[in-house]
Amino acid sequence: MTATISPLSEVTRSDAALRTFLHGLPGVDRVGADARAAGLGTRSIKTTAKAWAIDLAIRMVDLTTLEGSDTPGKVRALCAKARQPDPGDPACPSVAAICVYPSMVPTAAEALRGSGIHLASVATAFPSGQAPLKVKLDDTRAAVAAGADEIDMVISRGAFLSGRYLEVFEEITAIKEACGKAHLKVILETGELVTYDNVRRASWLAMLAGGDFIKTSTGKVAPAATLPVTLIMLEAVRDFLDTTGRKVGVKPAGGIRTTKDAIKYLVMVNEIAGDGWLDPDWFRFGASTLLNDLLMQRTKLATGHYSGPDYFTLD
Amino acid sequence: MPAKKKESADSAVATAPRLAVRKTYKLFIGGAFPRSESGRTYVVADSKGQFVANAAQASRKDARDAVLAARAAFGKWSGATAYNKGQVIYRVAEMLEGRRDEFTALEVPASEVDEAIDRLVWYAGWTDKLAQVVGGANPVAGPYFNISSPEPSGVVAVVAPSQPTLLGLVSVIAPAMATGNTVIVITDAPRVAITLAEVLATSDVPGGVVNILTGSAAEVAPWLASHSDVNGLDLTGVADTKLALELEQAAAETLKRVRRPAAGLDWTADPGLAPMTAYLETKTVWHPKGL
Repeated sequence: MTATISPLSEVTRSDAALRTFLHGLPGVDRVGADARAAGLGTRSIKTTAKAWAIDLAIRMVDLTTLEGSDTPGKVRALCAKARQPDPGDPACPSVAAICVYPSMVPTAAEALRGSGIHLASVATAFPSGQAPLKVKLDDTRAAVAAGADEIDMVISRGAFLSGRYLEVFEEITAIKEACGKAHLKVILETGELVTYDNVRRASWLAMLAGGDFIKTSTGKVAPAATLPVTLIMLEAVRDFLDTTGRKVGVKPAGGIRTTKDAIKYLVMVNEIAGDGWLDPDWFRFGASTLLNDLLMQRTKLATGHYSGPDYFTLD
Repeated sequence: MPAKKKESADSAVATAPRLAVRKTYKLFIGGAFPRSESGRTYVVADSKGQFVANAAQASRKDARDAVLAARAAFGKWSGATAYNKGQVIYRVAEMLEGRRDEFTALEVPASEVDEAIDRLVWYAGWTDKLAQVVGGANPVAGPYFNISSPEPSGVVAVVAPSQPTLLGLVSVIAPAMATGNTVIVITDAPRVAITLAEVLATSDVPGGVVNILTGSAAEVAPWLASHSDVNGLDLTGVADTKLALELEQAAAETLKRVRRPAAGLDWTADPGLAPMTAYLETKTVWHPKGL
């Protein structure tokens, strides 16, 4: 994969060079990718390995609420849950981050103070990304100024799909600059990219532009995260590390609801990208309902009997 | 020469006895008929000890799946009007009437099929009458209406009796259903139970309202008794007193409603209200009057 093109610093020089590079990436064998992802999903993870995987998955959760109906009260409740997901068991680890809309960042920043939990804010006219660049930059700066240390931006799928790659590249670069010290997660919205080839291209584009994480979806479009799409993105970050020496994280988001699903993703991370990514700094789950299922499974392993949703908070 | 060969092949086909297409007895979970997640089966024999079928042997994971299905179905079923629930249960009786030959072929006495059908009709009639009998307006010392109304408990796990097969199943499923609960039944009579599941599946019973697990109660019931998302436990079919005690103790951890009728029940007698009220909770509402 790396033998294709001239030095990577050259490829973003012009629209033509970038297009040549992105279209020069090897095509994705759709059937092969689906089959590989399905095959990795059949691994059986039990007992102590399962307990380890559940705790790791909890530590990787970006506990998310992105509703028009979000209130400060709901965000505070979510932050309390992020700090201590299972009040019945102090040994239960806290989650990686809280993910909210920019208007909720001040509330969340206060609620999370001193906990070490990251605070992610979506920005750049989430979820559509259809706004002028200036608005997107202001959106980002406001979120960072309010205390977000991670920014989840959406790419302009319209520009990407019509082939204006340099425009998307420059937009990501500009947002990265506006982020300052905050980490930048680039949402590809793979459900709207149509082909796996586009997912691979968008992944490379986002990484070349300086994204610290590539994220599958906003969660507002179906299909959201799927195993094969995440597989392609994991291959991309692995190859990007080999080529450039810079490590980029991956965040599947949306549609991951059960422990079984989460463990399938972890197996895939280990097999495709390697165990270097089995860490909350390099792999995250964007989820809200997943956490409760992880907690129920954790309780099942600890107590020996099945737990129920009545015993965990809804938000 | 080739023509002649073909002719002989044709006649061989004509004379070969037709191979019977046998039914695979699987589980009934969420309105579908899946095999056991464990892939296990066990041999079912008829009353003469002859092999008749391989039935699915449910595992704890099938029980867990059944709880998920029952919980998912609970909201809609408990919210259905009493009249609608009655119609659905009456429909089960209608379908059972049409399939009586299937049950008599499974060595269920014709009189027992009749009893089962009549019992379904009886419970269908109770759906819109129970609230008046066990609920009502309470006189209170104050300017309030005080109204008690029965509400279903939720997901009820039932160990069905071994005998009588059909009437036993109907007598434990129908009362829990009629009161708006969703049911998970463990039974060791797979052929009758799964044939009954086919009746339920074609009777407008929403998927997940009744789930049937065939296999060993001693293996599966403890997982349901300790499951936090199960609200009621019916031990009618547990003959082993030691097992029954263990199940009761496990159920107490999560404050389940447990029903354990005395042994030697007369199945043809009037069941009374106890099977229905076992999984009802009384909600009492105070409402100011004179405003």
